[in-house]
Amino acid sequence: MARIIVVTSGKGGVGKTTTSAAIAIGLAKKGHKTAVIDFDVGLRNLDLILGCERRVVYDFVNVINEEATLNQALIRDKRCNQLFILPASQTRDKEALTQEGVGKILEELSKTFKYIVCDSPAGIERGANLAMYFADDAFVITNPEIASVRDSDRMLGILSSKSRRAENGDEPIKEYLLLSRYDPKRVKLGEMLSVEDVQDILSLHLLGVIPESQSVLNSSNSGTPVILDENSNAGQAYLDIVDRYLGEDKPHRFIDEDKKGLFGRLFRSK
Amino acid sequence: MSLLDYFKTSKTNSAKLAKERLQILVAHERSARNQPSYLPELQQELLKVIRKYVKVNQEDISVIFESDDQQETLELNIVLPEHSQT
Repeated sequence: MARIIVVTSGKGGVGKTTTSAAIAIGLAKKGHKTAVIDFDVGLRNLDLILGCERRVVYDFVNVINEEATLNQALIRDKRCNQLFILPASQTRDKEALTQEGVGKILEELSKTFKYIVCDSPAGIERGANLAMYFADDAFVITNPEIASVRDSDRMLGILSSKSRRAENGDEPIKEYLLLSRYDPKRVKLGEMLSVEDVQDILSLHLLGVIPESQSVLNSSNSGTPVILDENSNAGQAYLDIVDRYLGEDKPHRFIDEDKKGLFGRLFRSK
Repeated sequence: MSLLDYFKTSKTNSAKLAKERLQILVAHERSARNQPSYLPELQQELLKVIRKYVKVNQEDISVIFESDDQQETLELNIVLPEHSQT
């Protein structure tokens, strides 16, 4: 049986696709056979972040409509042979997704995959609802910013009421907080919500803090998920997150400011 | 005092403000999440009926829904005006 993870946030632009790509690669690199599915029908982007946009032939909706088999639509990652991508359709809209169709695909994938990562679209419409409906675990991506925190709380409400687990009365979805675009410097200046602030409000288990990092844009530019840039802070943060999710006890990093560099020393008397 | 400290003290702490606003908002939205969807309509209709007899404003009537494991309670609170003759 596969474990189904939904990567969700409610608000757009907080890093769902970046995170989906990173953790899918991270899990696959650990040797777990992993599928990552783009639920953003009509606005497909996961293929770009993973650098396989030119290899897309069939998509999620083709499989639902039985115009292609799952094996025809799945794209095997060139860097990591344990990772498979199921791209979204670019020409359809989200109404093309049906609960029955999605359920069938997830069930079939569950037979051979260890992890299935569902990259949710923003909003609370059908694509987002179906991405979370079948989930076992939810990665809630939040930026330290009021609109994002509010939307995350809204998603938590939906996760606890409108999922398969909730409807069947099973054990609830396990919810994890991933705080991204974190800037310890601004937190220290009192300009940004801190990790503690966000946790006080959302009361979620913190899986990791991803610092604001230039390498995220560089990675998406080249189609190389940031987790593969092991020298970058963001890459290391995602590596930690995967380890923690798999049960390793790793101390949190990137919450406090870096050791002072030259610039910092110029502005500090001691 | 370093230059950094100078900037620190000269700025208002906007993160604190954000947290306070969020705490109020989230608490409010969470309580609304668990209540039946008919509450606003109920409030409107009650207001109509009561207005036939007494002059009350929208904000003078509150409908509060609370639930715990044991029971659900619907609390209705109407603040009558000091001189309640119509």
